[in-house]
Amino acid sequence: MTNSPETGTPGLMAKAVKEGIFAGLLALGMFILFVGIETYQDISNALVWRTRWGLLAIFVAVAAIGRFLVVGFIKPHIDRRKLAKAKSGVLEISEEKGFFRQHFLKIALVGLVLYPVAAVMLAGTQGSLKYVDNFGIQILIYVMLAWGLNIVVGLAGLLDLGYVAFYAVGAYSYALLSEHFGLSFWILLPLAGILSAMWGIILGFPVLRLRGDYLAIVTLAFGEIIRLVLINWTDVTKGTFGISGIPKASVFGIWSFDVGAANNFTKAFGLPMSSAYYKIFLFYVILALCLLTAYVTIRLRRMPIGRAWEALREDEIACRSLGINTVTTKLTAFAIGAMFGGFAGSFFATRQGFVSPESFVFLESAVILAIVVLGGMGSLTGIAIAAVVMVGGTELLREMSFLKLVFGPDFTPELYRMLLFGLAMIIVMLFKPRGFVGSREPTAFLKERKAIAGSFTKEGHG
Amino acid sequence: MAGEPLLKVQGVETYYGNIRALAGVDVEVNRGEIVSLIGANGAGKSTLMMTICGSPQARSGSVIFDGEDITRQPTHLIARRRISQSPEGRRIFPRMTVLENLQMGAGLDNLKYFKEDVEKIFTLFPRLKERQSQRGGTLSGGEQQMLSIGRALMARPKLLLLDEPSLGLAPLIVKSIFAAIKKLNQEEGLTVFLVEQNAFAALKLSDRGYVMVNGKVTMAGTGKELLANPEVRAAYLEGGRH
Repeated sequence: MTNSPETGTPGLMAKAVKEGIFAGLLALGMFILFVGIETYQDISNALVWRTRWGLLAIFVAVAAIGRFLVVGFIKPHIDRRKLAKAKSGVLEISEEKGFFRQHFLKIALVGLVLYPVAAVMLAGTQGSLKYVDNFGIQILIYVMLAWGLNIVVGLAGLLDLGYVAFYAVGAYSYALLSEHFGLSFWILLPLAGILSAMWGIILGFPVLRLRGDYLAIVTLAFGEIIRLVLINWTDVTKGTFGISGIPKASVFGIWSFDVGAANNFTKAFGLPMSSAYYKIFLFYVILALCLLTAYVTIRLRRMPIGRAWEALREDEIACRSLGINTVTTKLTAFAIGAMFGGFAGSFFATRQGFVSPESFVFLESAVILAIVVLGGMGSLTGIAIAAVVMVGGTELLREMSFLKLVFGPDFTPELYRMLLFGLAMIIVMLFKPRGFVGSREPTAFLKERKAIAGSFTKEGHG
Repeated sequence: MAGEPLLKVQGVETYYGNIRALAGVDVEVNRGEIVSLIGANGAGKSTLMMTICGSPQARSGSVIFDGEDITRQPTHLIARRRISQSPEGRRIFPRMTVLENLQMGAGLDNLKYFKEDVEKIFTLFPRLKERQSQRGGTLSGGEQQMLSIGRALMARPKLLLLDEPSLGLAPLIVKSIFAAIKKLNQEEGLTVFLVEQNAFAALKLSDRGYVMVNGKVTMAGTGKELLANPEVRAAYLEGGRH
C-alpha cells in the first residue's frame, strides 16, 4: 500500500483535486471532437456541424468529479475497510456465508418458476408479455448460450469466437426441416442439437492443433463462413430475406398455439385469446432447457470427460503424458458445446417465427463470450448473473424514456447499448478480474468439499 | 523376459522440422534400475524423453518397452502402458487442487486405488498432504515438483521418467526429492529414467548413467565410473560442482 490511510486529509484532498483536474483535462481532450462537435445534414443534404459545449461540459464534469470522489473518498474508505478486516483477522475465505448466499440457487430457481405467474398477477395477462418475453425469455436464451459456450471456453479452455454459428445451425435446422418436412418442434429440437454437434466436430477437426489466438481466429472465420453461406445460398435459405412463418411449438402435441387449430390451448382451457400464454409456455421451455444444460454441465464436470476438459485447459502436454486422448477430449467439448447452441437456436427460431442471417452476426458471439468472461469462466452461477446484468440491462435501456428529459427528445437510449456494455465490462474487470464468481468447486476430495477462492491465485493465472 | 531390458531405445533419430535433434541414440534401462542421462543444454536429453513418449515420434530407430515396439504409438496410449512422466518444467495443473492433480494422474476411468495411492504419496511427500486442497499454482517450486512426481506415480508406473526434477530448486529440496526417488526405487523396485543437468547428484543416485552430446550418447557406464571419469568431471562436474 503506497498511500496509507493514515496520511492527513489535507494532503489527500490536494491530491484528489489535482487528479480530478487532470481527469477533467483528459476527458476534455478525448471528447472535444466526439462530443463537443456534432455533424449533421442540413436541408440541402450538405454536411454541416454545430457545437455542443453544454454536453461536453457534462462529460468533463462527470470525469473530474468522479475522479475526485474516487481518490478523495471512495479509495481511502475501501483501504480502511480492508485494513480493519486484516487487523481483525477475518479472511475473505473463512467468512460465514449469509442465509441468502447459502441458498442462493434454490431461491433463484423458485423465483424463476414463479416469475411468469408474478408477472401476470402484477401486470395483467397482456402486460406480462413484456416481462416474460423481453426480459425472461431473452435473458434465458443468453444464459443457455453462455452455458453452452462455457463448456468450450470455460471448461476446455478453447477460445471460440464463432459460437453463434452453432446457434444459427440450430435455428435454420428447425426452420428448414419444419418447413419442408412438417416435423414438430419436439422432434426437431434434439435433431437440431445433433446437427449442431456435427458441425461442432466439423469445426473441431481442422483446429485440433491450434490453441489460443490462432484457434480464436479460425473459429471467428468459421462463424462468418456459416453466416455468409446463409446469406448467399438463396435457393435454400432465402438469403437475407430470411425464413418466416416458422411453426410454433406445441405442448408436446397435445395443445397447439395456432389460432385456427381445434386443440388451441386457450380454447381448451376457456381462456381469453392472448399471445401471452404462448410466451409463458416458451418461458418454461427455455427454463427447462437451461436447467438441462446446467445439469449436464455439472454432471460432466465430475465425470472423466469433464476432468479431462479442465486438465486440457490447464496444460495440453501434461494431459497427453498422463494418457488423456486430447483429440477426443477436444472434439467432445466442441460437439457438446455446439449441441446446446443448437438447442438454443431451434428455440430461438420457434420463438421468433422468423430467422435471417442478421441474427447471427459476430457481435452475438462477442456478447455471449463477454457474458462467459464476466461471469467467471467455468462458473454457472456467475455466468447466469452476468447474463441477467448484461442482457437485462440492455433491455432495461429501452424502458428508460425518462432519459429523454435529460438529454433531449431525440435521445434514443438503445443506441448507447454497446457503450454501456463496454463500460460495464471495464468496471467488472477492474474490480473482479476473474469475473463475478471467480472460485471453482474442486472435483476431487478425500473427506470434505471446500470451494477454492479465486483470491488464492494471481490474476491471469486462474 | 528376465534378461530383457524394460526400455530399449535403438538408433533413434528425431527431427524438429529439418533439424536433427537426436542422431541415433541407444539407451537401455533394466528393471529396478535408476538410470540417468546427463548432458549440456540442447544436447537432446529432453527430446529423448519426449520421443520415448511419442511426441515427437522418432523418424527412424525403435523404442521397445516391455518387449513391445511403441515407436509409432500415440502418446496417450504409450502413457497407458504405464510409462509415467514428470515433464520438464513440472507442468502441473495450476488451477486444480493438489488432490485433483493427483486424481488426473490416476487415469480417467480407474479410481479404484485412488485413496490408497494418495495416502502413499502423502507419506512420501508430507508437504502435499498439508496442501491437498490448495490450487497447484499456489505451491512453491519444490512442492510443485513433488506434485508432478506424485501425479506421475498415481498411474502406478512400470517406468518413471523424470525430466530435470532439480530444475530451479534449492539444493536442500533437491536433496529431499532425490532421497524420495531413491526410496521408491529401493522399497518398491520402481524403475526410473532420469534426465538431469545436476550431474553430480544424478550420477550419485544412479546405478548407471549416459552422457549425451549433440544428440548422441558419447559415454556410458555405472554411476561411479562416470563420476570418476576425468572427461565427465571436466565437462559437467568441476567448476559447476553442486
